[in-house]
Amino acid sequence: MLESDGRPQGPLTIRLQVNGEERKGEVEGRTTLADFLRDQLGLTGTHLGCEHGVCGACTVLLDSRPARSCLVLAASAEGSLVETVEGLARKGELSRLQRAMWDSHSFQCGFCTPGFLIQAAALLAENPSPTEVEVRCALSGNLCRCTGYESIVRGVMAAVEGPEPAGAGPR
Amino acid sequence: MLSWLLKLPPFDYRAPESLEEGLGLLAAGDGDARVLAGGQSLIPMMALRLARPSLLIDLRRVGGLAGIRVDAAGMQIGALTTQLVAERHPAVRASSPLLLEALEFIGHPAICSRGTVGGSLCHADPAAELPAVALVLEAELTARSLRRGERTIAAQDFFLGPFTTALEFDEVVTGVGLPAPPQPRGSCFLEVSRRPGDFAMVGVAASVVRNGDRVLDLRLALSGVGDRPRLFALDELELDAQAAPESLFKVAGRSVGSRLRPHEDLHASAAYRKHLATVLTERALRKAYARAPIPGGAAGA
Repeated sequence: MLESDGRPQGPLTIRLQVNGEERKGEVEGRTTLADFLRDQLGLTGTHLGCEHGVCGACTVLLDSRPARSCLVLAASAEGSLVETVEGLARKGELSRLQRAMWDSHSFQCGFCTPGFLIQAAALLAENPSPTEVEVRCALSGNLCRCTGYESIVRGVMAAVEGPEPAGAGPR
Repeated sequence: MLSWLLKLPPFDYRAPESLEEGLGLLAAGDGDARVLAGGQSLIPMMALRLARPSLLIDLRRVGGLAGIRVDAAGMQIGALTTQLVAERHPAVRASSPLLLEALEFIGHPAICSRGTVGGSLCHADPAAELPAVALVLEAELTARSLRRGERTIAAQDFFLGPFTTALEFDEVVTGVGLPAPPQPRGSCFLEVSRRPGDFAMVGVAASVVRNGDRVLDLRLALSGVGDRPRLFALDELELDAQAAPESLFKVAGRSVGSRLRPHEDLHASAAYRKHLATVLTERALRKAYARAPIPGGAAGA
């Protein structure tokens, strides 16, 4: 149960699945899912940029849909399935999308990259062969302040068109 | 965890199992409690200290508040239906083209997956799409409170000002009804924003009833042009329904533009918003007219 009696409210116990593993933690009401992932689970691949839902750097998959982890309370995510950027690679092997973005130099400082990866992975999971316009629309809520986006879009398109690398499933 | 590193101000969090329990918490909160739906507007407002509720009541465990059903009377959309689910719903795709077109303009994918139809209406952002659509479609919002029970509020009476609605502090919107139109109509939603999914500088929802090659009736609502979405009906715009549609649309655009006193901000000057309102009104009406079925004839495009 999340509810606690009396005030001030004590810590809330939450359970959720993160990258396939059952995780449990104690949070405050105001702890966001991003805070929980980073500070309690040590999954610092999820980056916090603006912390009010504008930059998209903290995007994770929540029950298979992209969501901004800075706008979801950890308590609200109780019982959910969360996938973070750490979950994209399998056994140390980059996913096809990660490899394509690596090969296309789809980042400079890399701060925004986790959000772009998750958002692009969500797009490709639903639509394995998007057009460039569809890629741009899907990524329009993610900000990059270095690249000018061209190499990011190119990277995602390379994951669409490129040959299947050995050992990595399409994501 | 170091709590001083957390972005959000402190509050108590409750996730009641039933609506009754939630309504009780809300009433006891005496105006200091807020209901949490998708959190895509309320959480940013809290991060920016524009809202500081002492208690958040998360409705995620309350059953029966999400989903869409259609009957002879029209469409009923549960308040917690996410914008993504609504956009993909077969009933919306089949029978509410205006709502569908507006949903396609709302937010980025990671926003629409969480943001809800009821939440957007209750947030009442003057630039948001759904309030304008609700006005044109003569939507009826169902609100519940422990004190008053259930009541229905017409969209026209719901939006009072920026982020301000007719809801009392202890009320929750449980759903929105879109009545089946008395006459077949064509509709169109258009907006101009800087990037897909960004807030509109101006948005227009239009609906047209056609009589042969003339306009029989029209209804328009604009977002982003003032402190709340602005509704216009045919007579208010002093339009001549007997005029050729093409000239009527032009006059309507100018008439709408001249009646607005839009604000100025970082994204657009007042003059540019007026220009957009004029041009988008004309275009949206033209498209809605072309889509409107002709009584006794073949359906429009």
